[in-house]
Order: sequence, then structure tokens, then C-alpha cells
Amino acid sequence: MRGPRLSPINRRRWQQFRRNRRGWYSLWLFTTLFVLTLFAEVIANDQPLFVWYDGAAYFPVVADYPETAFGGFLPTTADYRDPAVQEMIEAKGWMLWPPIPYSYDTINYDLPVPAPAPPSADNWLGTDDQGRDVTARLIYGFRISVLFGLLLTLTSSVIGVAAGAVQGYFGGWTDLLGQRAIEIWSGLPALYVIIILSSFVQPGFWWLLLILLLFSWTQLVGVVRAEFLRVRNFDYVKAARALGVSDGVIIARHVLPNAMVATITFVPFVMTGAITALTSLDFLGFGMPPGAPSLGELLAQGKANLQAPWLGITAFVALAVMLSLLVFIGEAARDAFDPRKTLQGGMDG
Amino acid sequence: MADVPLLAIEGLQVAFGRQVVVHGVDLTVRGGETLALVGESGSGKSVTAMSVLGLLPYPHASHPAGRIRYRGGDVLGADDARLRQMRGGEVGMIFQEPMTSLNPLHTVEKQIGENLAIHRGLRGAAMRRRVLELLELVRLPDPERRLGAYPHQLSGGQRQRVMIAMALANDPALLIADEPTTALDVTIQAEILDLLADLKARLGMAMLFISHDLNVVRRVADRVAVMKDGLVVEQGHAATVFAAPRHEYTRALLAAEPSGRPEPVADGAPTVLAAEDVRVWFPIRGGLLRRARDYVRAVDGVSLTVRRGETLGIVGESGSGKTTLAFALLRLQPATGRVVLLGDDISRRRPRALRSLRRRMQVVFQDPYGSLNPRLSVAQIVAEGLSVHRLARDDAERERLVAAALEEVGLAPELAERFPHELSGGQRQRVALARAVILKPDLMVLDEPTSALDRTVQSQLVALLRDLQVRHGLAFLFISHDLSVVRAMSHRILVMKDGTVVESAETEALFQRPGEAYTRRLIQAALGPA
Repeated sequence: MRGPRLSPINRRRWQQFRRNRRGWYSLWLFTTLFVLTLFAEVIANDQPLFVWYDGAAYFPVVADYPETAFGGFLPTTADYRDPAVQEMIEAKGWMLWPPIPYSYDTINYDLPVPAPAPPSADNWLGTDDQGRDVTARLIYGFRISVLFGLLLTLTSSVIGVAAGAVQGYFGGWTDLLGQRAIEIWSGLPALYVIIILSSFVQPGFWWLLLILLLFSWTQLVGVVRAEFLRVRNFDYVKAARALGVSDGVIIARHVLPNAMVATITFVPFVMTGAITALTSLDFLGFGMPPGAPSLGELLAQGKANLQAPWLGITAFVALAVMLSLLVFIGEAARDAFDPRKTLQGGMDG
Repeated sequence: MADVPLLAIEGLQVAFGRQVVVHGVDLTVRGGETLALVGESGSGKSVTAMSVLGLLPYPHASHPAGRIRYRGGDVLGADDARLRQMRGGEVGMIFQEPMTSLNPLHTVEKQIGENLAIHRGLRGAAMRRRVLELLELVRLPDPERRLGAYPHQLSGGQRQRVMIAMALANDPALLIADEPTTALDVTIQAEILDLLADLKARLGMAMLFISHDLNVVRRVADRVAVMKDGLVVEQGHAATVFAAPRHEYTRALLAAEPSGRPEPVADGAPTVLAAEDVRVWFPIRGGLLRRARDYVRAVDGVSLTVRRGETLGIVGESGSGKTTLAFALLRLQPATGRVVLLGDDISRRRPRALRSLRRRMQVVFQDPYGSLNPRLSVAQIVAEGLSVHRLARDDAERERLVAAALEEVGLAPELAERFPHELSGGQRQRVALARAVILKPDLMVLDEPTSALDRTVQSQLVALLRDLQVRHGLAFLFISHDLSVVRAMSHRILVMKDGTVVESAETEALFQRPGEAYTRRLIQAALGPA
């Protein structure tokens, strides 16, 4: 149906987005960081990326090898950080380590000082109070935060847009009941509900996503509903009804594209909200299970260990940079969809 | 002193960005005279007038050349303080849209008083006296009571009177009126024009009057300047220009009055649509239980029939229920009464069952900007009905049908890939027509299809509609407040007022011998005193 080319208005929006230099660079920086952290396993890991042993190649990151494969005695998975194992391998070959030889849950037992250890050549950003490398935890934590934010944003947008579309398009009683239900629902104290729920289940990634989704889908409903209420009275919607087009097709083809503008403008801000929500739950200890890498948990450690300022500062800087980048991207997106800015210069006199 | 004109525009150019839209305009307005600036939309007439008060979006807009002198003093080079002094002080301005040019949160007294406070420092009782004086001057009925009224409590004509009072507040020497009557009903248009002419004579102001409507200009102008594509093509005394136009564009404009009559209907042509006692009542709810206390009778018991190949014109002022009636007939608006389409009673049909019948009745809206989805290409818009009613077997056939429909409404097939914003108003309206015609309907409702278009485009569209009617035996319901267009289109006319039909007759009979005072008033306002 629709050609592959970008419609002129979208091309103009893209130009407008790029014209906001701060937002444009933020998008690049954020995308780079996110793509890098997607490969966290090859950047920070307690297993070598590649082992050449006795004329054969091994890839410990993707496959498990027992210690016996390298001439050891234990039939369990080789612990490459064990000096004995390292010696055995280096006797008949070599290993390639990732730039950070720690995973998020690797405990460094060779610390010269009691944990938390300050930044050093070995642990670039120091270790936390359980001797785990902060840099590695930061990389994994960033990834989990962004993935969580993206998923929560996507799911709550889909539900929110659908609910707003139905309310706005049909109006009347549907709208009235929907609005009242949402008002009551948003009156629930979300944080307490989550705390109570997390005493029934051990919240993991998916549980948290579901619980937060229960409360975050309402954010977009108002915007989409308002847009639908406006557009459903446009002449081209009436014309479509006069042609006999069904309601579903009218919504998808004629009304939804208008509402998408408002939605896309909101999405980066929904995402910052989602990331902040996860972080604060982790900080309070109701979030991800213990041991999982999370920025909120790092913040909590910083609070508990004021004598180790690198913990708090790292978590703060990471969160500040991530959220600021998202806000800048959001601002550029808002500019791009602002008709006053997009249409400037496109006006014919 | 007498030789210095009040306003002199010399070789004025206006550019937006790099695009020059006004290419060197020379105009003079002398004290006490009315200069009408006439032209179609896009001719640069409003932009020229806005330059006088520096109201363009600078710095996006610029003046590569030319000057504007007001009483001999340069305006384009004037500083902001001088411009502010001119705006609303020595030069008053009236805008087209009385709805949006008044602040909805301010009372009438405050709107007018603001101007007096800024330019004259009037306060309290003195200001109130002057506001009342102005309201009496513009003949707003019951001015004392209106002082505290908000814009939404006034009718369109009353709002325009308030706008005029604001413009007159500081006894301007020059009044710039930008299409001051275009948004109003014909009868109210006539009243406002008379008021302006009267005020001009009494106050001795000069007026720069901008309009696309020659009928309006004929009533008020001393001199006329005709603009086209950013140039003044003809300028002269109103009587001379109207009697002996020199430039061919002026002649085209004058000849653009829709003319001709529709082809007579064949004898024994079958009835396409018959409606009996159609009512649309909107409840006014009140009280604790939100019970209907009373009803707004938008359409109150209208009966009509249209035959194959016939056009039924429906005329009336805005608010008379014309459009609501049309929507009720199309079952796009809940209504009571019987509607029979091609012998099939559709008033009780369920929406789903109605969908297949939609093909038989189509609608074209007034606003060609709003009735086309800006995100779809022309081909997608025109083809929409085909997919709903499964009229095309495959993509090739769909393309062929779209091309045929575009050709039928006089559009080049190359336009199929364009988007609505790349088309002119007339082209858009043709696309809307193609979207309806492609389904080969029996009945078409045309809701003010020509009102948003320029005169020359209007007459082309009227010719096209008549042509389509003859070729396909279409029945038209033609809704309009513009009687000259209705006269050129319709076989019979219904006159509506407050939701009811006050008169119904053959077109010529109605124009020759209008039975009702209301009809007479409509005809007189539209065609001018004979």
C-alpha cells in the first residue's frame, strides 16, 4: 500500500530533529552506549573471550567447558579466574580476556584492602561492598535499565494508545466509563501496591515489568483520547464514514496517524519515567532480585557506604547522563513534531 | 498638504524566505476615499495590507524593495514605538474572522477599552462613556447590556460590529478591512457593508478594503485595484473598472459569476430519494437527573424528494439546519422520520446493513482542506471506496478506475501520486469529487462545495458538476448560502429557516416571485439591490 519513501512531512520532521543539535548528538551517544552494552558479555566478563589450548579453539563465553578439558581434575565448569586453571592453559596455549575481566557478579578476592575498594588499575571504578567490580555492574545495569525502559514504554504505549483510541473514537458512555475507571485506577497508591505484591512473589524482571505496566499504561490515554476526540469530527473522517469504511479501518488509517504524533512526542519521557521507577524500586530493595546488576542497588550501596564515594558518584553520574540524554532526545522529538517549527519555511505565501 | 496622499505604497515587494510573493505594488489612498484591493486567494492582497502596519512575521518576511509612506512618513523603516502608535491609533484594522480575532476571555468593554487605555490613557467612567459611544456608533443593539458580554454570547454579525468599534476607537484616519464580511451570512454581510459605508461618510475616514468578492466591492469602493500573482494589473475608479475593464484578468473575474442553467430533468425520471418528516432534535438537559427539558430543533419535520438527474438546492443562513438535514439523510446523524433511497427504506437499517448502501449516496464537503486526509496520496484517497465495496478485482483495475475517475473530474492522472497539500483548493475539491464519483453513486450531497473557492474556480466546478449530472444521471442535493451558485445549479430550491422549510419552488419562479419575506431578503442580499 504505502511506498517505501518517507512522506514529505516526515522528511521535514527528520530534518527538524537533526537541526536540534543537542538532541541529535544525544540520540547518537545514547544509541552507541546502548548498542555497546548489548554486548556487555564481551566487554565485561569473568571468562576469556577466546582460549587456544593444545591446538584447539575454545569459546568460553558461548559454551561451558569442564576443567578437565584443560587438564584439570574437577568435572565442573572451569573457573578461568583461578590461578591454577590459568597456569594450566597458559602452559599449552593462550587466552584472550575482555577489557574488563569481571562479570557483574564476579567477586574479586584479591583486593588489597577490605571491600568496598577504591578505584584502581584493576577495578576502574572500584568495587562495591561485596567486592564486585563497579564498572562491570554499571555496564550490565545500564543495559537492564534501558531494556526495561524500552519494554515498559512499548507495552504501556500499545495498551494506552488502544484504550485512548477506543475512548476517543466512540465517545459517549464508553469514554465516560473509561475515564472514570482510569481516574480511580490512578488513584491507587502504586508504590504500596508494588510493595505488597512483592511480598507475595519474588519479583524478577518480568514480574516487575508486569506490575509497573499495571500503572504506567494510563499515561498516554489522555493524550491519545484528546487527539481522537478532535480528529473524529474532521471532514475526512466523515467522508470515510460516508464511503462506508468500517470503524476499525477508520481508526487505523485516518485517525491513529494523527494521534501517533502526540504519542511519539511523549515516548522518551515515558521511558525516563519507566527507568526512574525501576531504579527507585531497586533503591528501596523491592526491585530486581539480590545480586542482579542495577543502578538503584548501586545507589543504595552508595548511601550505605558514605566512606566510599565512588559508589554513589558513579551511580549518580550514570543515571544523570542516561536520563538527560533521553530528555534531550525527547525535546528534539517534540521540536520535530511541532507544526509551527516543521512548517516554517514550508508555508507558501 | 492636500497633495500628500494619506497612504502611499511605492514599488512594494514582499518576500517570505527567498520566495517573493508581491512584486512591486503601487497604491495610493487619499483622505476620505475607499480603495478596494481585489484578487483571488494567493494574489498577495492581504500580505500587502499587513505590510502597512508591519504585521508580517518578520524576519521570515522581508521587503526587498519599495516603501510605504503614511502621511509622507516612512513606515517600513519606522521603529516599534511609531508602529505601535499607528496600530489601533491612526490606523484601525478589521480582520476576517470575528470568532478568533476577539479574545474569548475578555468582555466587550475590556476589548474596546484596552485600545483606549493604551492610546489615550482613558480610565474608569470616561473610558466606559467612550466605549458606549462607539457601540452606539456601530449600532450594536442594546449596548448598555452588551458591555459585560463575552464574545461567545454574541452572534457573528455582532462580533464583527465589536471588531469595528475596536478599530474605530481612536478615530483612525485610515481603516484597513481585510475581508471583513467573508465569514458572515449574506444578510448580515449587507448590514455590515452599509454600516462601513455610513461610518466612512460620517467620520471622513479613508478605507483600504480587501476582498475577493466583486459583489461586495461594488457596494463600497470609490476606486478599485485588481491584484494577480503579486502585481496590480488594473487600477481605476470603481465605476470605470466595472463598466469597462481593460485587463483580461479583470474581465475574467467579472465574468466568473456562475451562469447558465442546469439541463432539464427527463420526464418520468424515477425518484432517487424521498424523505418524510425528518427531524433532528438535540435535547437540552438540565436538573439533577439530566432530563431533557427542551429541544433544539435543528431539523424539524422536513420532507423532500429528488429525482434522477435533478438538483435540489437547499438554501438558508448558517444555523438554519441545512447541513444537519443532509447528514440526517445520509444516516450520518441520528434522526427520526422516513428516508427512502431507491425504493429502499434506509431509516431503520442497522449500520452494518447500511454500509453496502453507502455506495449509492455520496457526499462532498465544503472545506477541501479538511475533507482529504493529509497523509494519504490522491490515488489512495480516491481508491478508498473501491476497497470498501470491493469494486476492483486487482491492483491494475484499481489503478485504471482511479485514473478514469481523475480524468472525469478534469485532473491529470499524474496528480495521483501527489499529496493534498501539494494541490490548489480547486484541485482538492476535484479530488473529493473523484472519491465520490468513482463509486458511481445515484445521489450526491454537495455541502457548500464551492464556498471555499475563488470565483473563477467556482464557475469551473459548477460547469463540471452539471456535466457529471447529465452524463451519469446523478441526483444532487446542493446545499449553499450562495444564491448565484444555487441558481446556476438547481432545478428546484428549498429555503430553510430555523430547521423548517419556509418555501419550496422551481428555481426561476423562486427568484422571480419569492413568496416569503425571508427569501426576498436572502435574494436581495446576495444579488444586490436590482
